[in-house]
Amino acid sequence: MTAVPHLQIKNLRAKIEDKEILKGLTLEIKGGEVHAIMGPNGTGKSTLASTLMGHPKYEVTEGEVILNGENLLEMEVDERARAGLFLAMQYPSEISGVTNSDFLRSAINARRGEGNEISLMKFIRELDKKMKTLEMDESFAHRYLNEGFSGGEKKRNEILQMMMLEPKICILDEIDSGLDIDALKVVANGVNEMRSPERGFLIITHYQRLLNYIKPDFVHVMMQGRIVKSGGPELAERLEAEGYDWIKEELGIVDETVNANV
Amino acid sequence: MAKKAPELQEYQYGFHDKDVSVFRTKKGLTREIVEEISRIKGEPEWMLEFRLKALDIFLKMPMPKWGGNLDDLNFDDITYYVKPSEKTGRSWDEVPEEIKATFDKLGIPEAEQKFLAGVSAQYESEVVYHNMQEDLEKLGVLFCDMDSAVKLYPDIVKEYFATVIPPADNKFAALNSAVWSGGSFIYVPKGVKVETPLQAYFRINSENMGQFERTLIIVDEDAFVHYVEGCTAPIYSTDSLHSAVVEIIVKERGRCRYTTIQNWSNNVYNLVTKRAVAYADATMEWIDGNIGSKLTMKYPAVIMKGPRAKGTVLSIAVAGKGQHQDAGAKMVHLAPDCTSTIISKSISRDGGKVTYRGLAQFGRKSEGSKSNIKCDTLILDKLSTSDTIPYNEIMNDNITLEHEATVSKVSEDQLFYLMSRGLSEAEATEMIVMGFIEPFTKELPMEYAVEMNRLIKFEMEGSIG
Repeated sequence: MTAVPHLQIKNLRAKIEDKEILKGLTLEIKGGEVHAIMGPNGTGKSTLASTLMGHPKYEVTEGEVILNGENLLEMEVDERARAGLFLAMQYPSEISGVTNSDFLRSAINARRGEGNEISLMKFIRELDKKMKTLEMDESFAHRYLNEGFSGGEKKRNEILQMMMLEPKICILDEIDSGLDIDALKVVANGVNEMRSPERGFLIITHYQRLLNYIKPDFVHVMMQGRIVKSGGPELAERLEAEGYDWIKEELGIVDETVNANV
Repeated sequence: MAKKAPELQEYQYGFHDKDVSVFRTKKGLTREIVEEISRIKGEPEWMLEFRLKALDIFLKMPMPKWGGNLDDLNFDDITYYVKPSEKTGRSWDEVPEEIKATFDKLGIPEAEQKFLAGVSAQYESEVVYHNMQEDLEKLGVLFCDMDSAVKLYPDIVKEYFATVIPPADNKFAALNSAVWSGGSFIYVPKGVKVETPLQAYFRINSENMGQFERTLIIVDEDAFVHYVEGCTAPIYSTDSLHSAVVEIIVKERGRCRYTTIQNWSNNVYNLVTKRAVAYADATMEWIDGNIGSKLTMKYPAVIMKGPRAKGTVLSIAVAGKGQHQDAGAKMVHLAPDCTSTIISKSISRDGGKVTYRGLAQFGRKSEGSKSNIKCDTLILDKLSTSDTIPYNEIMNDNITLEHEATVSKVSEDQLFYLMSRGLSEAEATEMIVMGFIEPFTKELPMEYAVEMNRLIKFEMEGSIG
């Protein structure tokens, strides 16, 4: 399947318990594009990531999400994954007793389906190669999934999974938090290696720093649970230099968080 | 969420062959039945006397009031002895075809080919197939069914039989002592290390038939043996009773590992007494998995009688619908500088109930002894429950006792994480469960680890959704 992926998010509204967090968000991502979503804390960025992946904590109340013509919102989490969506999480869970490599192989085979499992040799080859790119020690393959990993190791492990699973649309939720500059470069290399016309990216970040290494095509600013401004890479640079106040002024926003009454 | 209703699964090993038994006693337990069992087996007088004394004790002892619910257990409704075929088979070819077919379904010949040193597979109450490799014989290792041992090695049997678990120990030990049949006898001489695990498979195949096997293992000084016992049983509509006694003696510097995976069908009462005595510098390890049965009450014990003796119990218990696993361990430190470890992993699902019941006892002379106890429970749904009941009896001030207990649930975030990589909810849950019991499965011989994983996967099917 070489179709260029196409993710359409239309007027998405979502809540957690009784609190609305996404308040009508619209965004379109196509293969080959890298979109960055920036914004201060509490504006709904991570909620967008989790809602797209289908975390049961969030309830979609309005809007549509279409991936390659299919209604993503009707799919289970695993079906979304098999449809080509990937979320590199900010806080990945730890699973005791399950080795990284066993988990990865199961995940790959879940996508490939019964009768079409990856051969062990091929799997090991691919894993070795990708772990080298990410400068991960071989021992990671045999450690229990994220158990006892440092923050930086968890982030690398998320990227490793993304590289092994070869998704169509990749969402990276604050993949740069807790990374030193060397680790950041390594992670960025991994992402850049995956850029292709057959793959789209949505990168969520607080800081422009990451975008020095992963050049976005589009930059969006999120406030009050929706995208309030979009532009090219120059928007990120201006945000880094001047902060968010000028946008708030321009748009007449006093409280940028989702708590604001709008 | 789009979900299909889980289909009811039949018990995996619930097939059941035409009864090929050649002899069975009447239901119920009387002095005449005990005499008949002994007569058919052609036992020496001392064993008959032992059985009859045990019967008296059994009849006098009250039912235990603690642990699981035994109200539905009716001793009059059980057949105490069934002899399946005329003789003990010496080679696979001699084993009756129908019995073989049953074993085939359980994968025994395959297991044998791979790593068995000697097989003694118990079908109903009698050992029908027994095979011991020549090199074991050369080493002087004695490995046979318990019935034969009484005749072949009367001196050793007399010396050790019922010394670790006397009939008066508890009501079910008394019952076993009165009607025991089958089980394994192993003697490992001084300094001999048996590299390959010795194995036996047990199963119950007659409705309302109790299985009362009796195992005695003696590991002499500096010797080592790993004995593996696996149990599967077909499903029946009325309750069955399995009440075994396993006695182990590990002499100075010896080591014994005893591995069990118990998968009785869900109508079996599994009431087993397992106890080992470890002398100076000896090591006893119980690896104990309880997946099946209606009610299991089993607390493998190590009595550390000599200085620096070591005891380990590593156990898992899985309780599903209508099941209660009341399992645990007993560690008795009677000498200086003994160390014991208990790792207990329990899983309850579909309304199942797991109880960890453990005893850590430190005698007056247990100066410097240590015990480390860790109980982890994973509860898969709101219907299921777990209890942890530790008993400590400490008569020496200079000991160390650590006890750690955790209860966890499969978290929403863990499931979300695994599912976001493409695993279905069932696969994700299974993965978390497998990870949880990994400290247990990694200790099993490979073949058993595979079987164990298969059993757990099977148990988990239908419980998700």
